[in-house]
Amino acid sequence: MPHAYLDHAATTPMRPEAVAAMAPLLGQVFGNPSGSHRWAREARRHLDDARDRVAAIVGAKPAEIVFTSGGTEADNLAISGVVAVTGGLAACSAVEHHAVLEPVRASGGVTVAVDSLGRLDLDALEVLLGAGPPVAVVSAMTANNELGTVQSIGAIAAVIERVSPSTALHTDAVAAAPWLDLASHTAAANLVSLSGHKVGGPKGIGALVVRKGTRLVPLLRGGGQEQERRSGTPDVAGAVGFAAALTANAALRQATGVQTEALRDRLARGLLAAIPDAVVMSPADAADRTPATLHVCFPGVDREALLFLLDHAGIGASWGSSCSSGATERSHVMAAIGVPDALAAGALRLSLGWCSTDADVDAALLAVPAAIGQLRSRSAVSSPVPVVFGGRP
Amino acid sequence: MRVLVMMSGGVDSSVAAALLRDDGHDVVGVTLKLWGGESDSGCCSVSDVDDARRVADTLGVDHHTFNFGDAFTEHVVGPYADDHAAGRTPNPCIECNRHIKFAAVSERAETLGFDAVATGHHARIVLRPDGTRRIQRGADSAKDQSYVLHMLGQDQLARTMFPIGGMEKSEVRRLAAGLDLRTATKPDSQDVCFITKTRGRGSFLGDHIPLTPARVIDTAGVAVGSVPAVELVTLGQRKGLGLSGGEAPRYVVGIDRAAATVTVGRGADLLVSTQAAREFAWTARPVAGEVLVQCSAHGGPQPATVATDPTDPTDPTRVVVRWRTPQRRIAPGQSLVAYEGDLVAGGGLADGDFLLAGRV
Repeated sequence: MPHAYLDHAATTPMRPEAVAAMAPLLGQVFGNPSGSHRWAREARRHLDDARDRVAAIVGAKPAEIVFTSGGTEADNLAISGVVAVTGGLAACSAVEHHAVLEPVRASGGVTVAVDSLGRLDLDALEVLLGAGPPVAVVSAMTANNELGTVQSIGAIAAVIERVSPSTALHTDAVAAAPWLDLASHTAAANLVSLSGHKVGGPKGIGALVVRKGTRLVPLLRGGGQEQERRSGTPDVAGAVGFAAALTANAALRQATGVQTEALRDRLARGLLAAIPDAVVMSPADAADRTPATLHVCFPGVDREALLFLLDHAGIGASWGSSCSSGATERSHVMAAIGVPDALAAGALRLSLGWCSTDADVDAALLAVPAAIGQLRSRSAVSSPVPVVFGGRP
Repeated sequence: MRVLVMMSGGVDSSVAAALLRDDGHDVVGVTLKLWGGESDSGCCSVSDVDDARRVADTLGVDHHTFNFGDAFTEHVVGPYADDHAAGRTPNPCIECNRHIKFAAVSERAETLGFDAVATGHHARIVLRPDGTRRIQRGADSAKDQSYVLHMLGQDQLARTMFPIGGMEKSEVRRLAAGLDLRTATKPDSQDVCFITKTRGRGSFLGDHIPLTPARVIDTAGVAVGSVPAVELVTLGQRKGLGLSGGEAPRYVVGIDRAAATVTVGRGADLLVSTQAAREFAWTARPVAGEVLVQCSAHGGPQPATVATDPTDPTDPTRVVVRWRTPQRRIAPGQSLVAYEGDLVAGGGLADGDFLLAGRV
């Protein structure tokens, strides 16, 4: 049975460059970078190098990079950290990842409407900033994890600059990082969240870019590492793997993007040809989205049953994100862009990655229409159980 | 065969999955996500999902999680509250079996290409000489769950398996321990999965329906006490009525919700010779002669006949149970299950109508 992994937006295999870069840090290089001896200095050098490389790719200064345990911690630090300084309101787009939505909600913040593609409604933002109580931070993702929609962080920054210049702008660039030039796409944000494992690095590492002049209170207090912004012994190996992955990703990004767009195009055309009533929720125009994500809804199909059949057929996919017990829940993203629940119930997210191939697309083009066909033919012949159960000897 | 086994995270369904695997079936485990609210046991908590998944890992079978939360709320939790508001005493486990496990989940299993669904219930399915299938009581009489499965019809029985139904509970635990399953010593869950011990039924219902304080009177009309919520009172109830002790046991013999009045009397005041039931269905075919009728999960079965309601003979789901010897009235909404020996013959829901006609 051919296996095809089409859930790269959930996580993607580690790039060999990252694995190779980490190897010494998982062995002989073990020092605590905060110490004052040769072992510490060696570890510190690796950590500093990693910080330099991440900074270069996101267009920041090394001192502006705060390594975290991942995207979720970076998002939490950005929202809670800024709100704790000023006491103002937190606001975010209605399609943010839960790692942003939940700290915004917990702080008593508000969500701002989006358009049908999932981009922040700038008029609504302007009303919020101009009329209500002071807003400490606005968070809007660079690219949406379910749809792939890319929005202009610069345009959002322009509204803030005009209406409420003291408001900080945070962008979750976790889903954008594999596909977009981070330096240009996130330049206008005061705070930028990144995650290692989405770009072919290890899990458990991420970063928050904190531009000079942006004040925030740390979530984790202790030894004062990461310039008093994130205490705890740094994950040097993780940072090194993250930096290596991000560097490899940046070097190959344009070529990979072209190939991925071609794969996605074939996937989308093939699915729509086989299943004409499928509704693509991701933006049609390549300029409005990443080249990797194809979100599509199949009317009358149950997404949970669809994922089950695809798994059985060797296809790894998802509909968006998962709750902790592994059960699927309603998508707030579908609700926010105005997709009726009945249609969202048939959602499928296929996401490509740096190592996706034509064979993956071929497998999906066989398996998805077959699964949809099976789910729609309610005439599946049922045969009775041929033996008597219960009376085991 | 391809079998979808519903794994609650308990020992019974763990062993059910193991037995099916050992019998050579193509087994997939699924844990149902039914309730998103508070729970301290039951089918839905993350730790129960973890247990089911780890057991599946140990057995080498795939494990999935299905979310039937909307259907559970619609068919089990909502009616549970509505029934109480209407003065009925529902059994939510039976409604879950009726609408979720052996309906929604079973139908999905069929759509997904499974030949059968299986659970860890203590009951057996037997094929009769006439070609029909019947539920037989579980071999472990103390754990028998045939009562809560009474609604399964021929089509469902033909596609359902209860692998541990022929075993004693101690044997189930012994097998689980032998397979090194982490659920081997896990305590049995007893209670309604969406009601926590700490908050209780009254608190849960208070969140969903208005609760009405009621006065308690005796059969002579003398006020003897009060209860905080008439919706929580059940016909035949003895405890929790705020009555002073010392006298002979007194039971709830009447509930007038409109007047917010609960009447208590002697046990003998509850005795009736007939009991009405609705939504009654026979598993295979109607039984004209005497059957044994059981009115609670572990109640004693009593001889009776079950016949179509003479006031409406056109509706075969409305029946009258005629007890051989008078029995206490059954709280409306409770399930009433007919057995032939240890085989389920049919079942329905106790109805509160025309009770006076049957009063001894």
